[in-house]
Amino acid sequence: MTREGVRQKIGFGTLLFATLLVVVPVVFVVGTIVAKGWSALSLDFLFTMPTEGMKAGGIFPALVGTVYLVVVAIVFALPIGVMAAIYLSEYARDNVLTRLINLAIINLAGVSSVVFGLFGLSLFVVFLKFGVSIISGALTLGVMTLPVIITTTREALRSVPRSYREVSFSLGASRWQTVRHSVLPSAIPGILTGAILSIGRVAGETAPILFTVAAFYLPNLPHSLSDQAMALPYHLYIISTQIPGIPENYRYGTALVLVGLVLIMNISASIIRSRYRKRK
Amino acid sequence: MTGPAPSPKIEVRDLAVHYGKEPALRGLTLDIQANEILSIIGPSNSGKTSFLRSLNRLNDLEPRIRVTGTIRLDGKDIRRDVAVEDLRKRVGMIFALPNPLPLSIYDNIVYGPKMAGVRDKKLLVRLVEESLRSAYLWDEVKDRLKNSAFKLSGGQQQRLCIARTLALRPEVILYDEPCSGLDPISTAKVEESMAELRKDHTIVLVTNNTKQAARVGTRTAFFLMGEMIEIGPTDKIFTSPENKRTEDYIVGRFG
Repeated sequence: MTREGVRQKIGFGTLLFATLLVVVPVVFVVGTIVAKGWSALSLDFLFTMPTEGMKAGGIFPALVGTVYLVVVAIVFALPIGVMAAIYLSEYARDNVLTRLINLAIINLAGVSSVVFGLFGLSLFVVFLKFGVSIISGALTLGVMTLPVIITTTREALRSVPRSYREVSFSLGASRWQTVRHSVLPSAIPGILTGAILSIGRVAGETAPILFTVAAFYLPNLPHSLSDQAMALPYHLYIISTQIPGIPENYRYGTALVLVGLVLIMNISASIIRSRYRKRK
Repeated sequence: MTGPAPSPKIEVRDLAVHYGKEPALRGLTLDIQANEILSIIGPSNSGKTSFLRSLNRLNDLEPRIRVTGTIRLDGKDIRRDVAVEDLRKRVGMIFALPNPLPLSIYDNIVYGPKMAGVRDKKLLVRLVEESLRSAYLWDEVKDRLKNSAFKLSGGQQQRLCIARTLALRPEVILYDEPCSGLDPISTAKVEESMAELRKDHTIVLVTNNTKQAARVGTRTAFFLMGEMIEIGPTDKIFTSPENKRTEDYIVGRFG
C-alpha cells in the first residue's frame, strides 16, 4: 500500500472510531433501560395511580401531567416561535436591532434549564400569581423551547430555494402572499420536525418544572391548568432518590416510558418529514 | 409602420445599477417599442441581467442592489406611479433555469392570477388552456394537469414557466437567457412561441447565444462591462455594426 493509502486508512479509521464512540453510549443507555425496565411495563403500570407510598401501582398521574405540560407548552410556544422566525427571516432587515435579537435567541438557548426554572418561579408563579401550577410550568417550558423552535423554523425557511421567492414575486405576489403560498408550504415539514423535537425536549426536562409545577405526590389527577401536577422526569427523580425500597424495574420502567415517549416523538417527526417529501 | 411615431412602451433614462459599490450598469438610456423583440447580447458581467431585473423591479429584493435613473412604462414611472405588484403582473419574467413551484401543472399556472384575486374557476380553467397553448405545451400535458410540475422534462418545465407568466396576460415579457439549459428542440419551441407572442406583447430577450438574438430579435443591443455599446435593427448589428467591439463580439473574437 502506498503512503497516501496508509494515511487515508488511518484518517478514516479515526473518524469511524469517533463515530462508534458516539453510538456506544446510546446503545448502552437504551439497552440498560429496556433490559431493566421492560418487566415493569403493562397497561396497569401506565394507567393506574401509584399505591403504597408509590412503591407499587402505576405512573398514570405523572404521565398525564407530562402530557398536559407538553400540550400547553407547545400551544403557547409554537405559534409565537414560528411567527417570530418568519418575521426574522422573511421581513426583518439586517440591522442592529435584528442582530441584537439574534444574539438574544442564541443566548436564550444556552441558558441552563435550572435558571429557567428560577425565572419561571419569579415571573409566572410569584409575579403573575399563577402559583405552582400546570400553567406556570408549561409557560416556563415554552419559553425554554422558544429558541429551539425559532432556530429550526428559520433553518427550514432558509432551506426553501431562493427561486421560489423570486418566482412568486415576479408573478406579482406581495411579500405576504409569497411567504404564505410559496415559502411556508415548502418549509412546513422542517417546522413540524423542529416542533416535535422540541416536544421531546419539553417532555424530558426536570429543572424548569421543579419550582413551577411538579408535585411529589398527588392523590388526584389535575382538574385545571391552575392545579399542580406530577410529571415523569420529576417522578423518576423522586422514586430513584427520595423513597427507599422502590423496586428497580419500577424505576427503570418509568425511565423507559419517558425515553419511549421522546423516541415516539422523534420517529413521528421523521415520518411526517418523509410523507411531505413524497407528496411533491 | 404608418402615422406618427408611437410613444415607446418603455423609456429608460440614465439607468444605473450598483451592487454595493460595484457598478453593474451605467448611464443606460434607451426606448423599447411596443411589439418589438429587443435582444440584448454581451459577455457575462455586462449588465444585461441587471438591466432586465430593473424592468420588473426584481433588483429591489436584494438590499445590496441600488438602482438609480428612471424607467417609464406607458409614460408612468415604474417606481413612483405604479404599485410594484401591478408592475410585475404587467411585466412578466422568464428565468434562465426553469423554476416551477412545487405544485401541480395547473396550480403553477393559476398561481399568479390567484394571487391577483381571480377566483372564478371557469376563468382560471380557460387561462390555463390558453396559456399552455401559447407556450406550445398544451398537447403534451392536457391529460395530466394535476401532476406535479417537477415530473416534466427541463424543456417542458421552461415552457410551463412561460405559460405561467402568460396567465397574467402581461404586456411585456422579459426573458433572461431562457434557453441556456435547453436542448435545440425545446429551444426551437420556445423561440417559436416568442415569435407568436410578439403580436401582442413587447419582448426583451437577454441571451448569451448571439445566434438566437439574430434569429428572433427585431432589434439588438450590445452590452459590455455595464455599458450599452450599440443598439440597432438586428440585421444591421449582425451585418454592419458601427462599433468595432460589437463586431469583435459577434464574430466571436471575445466574450
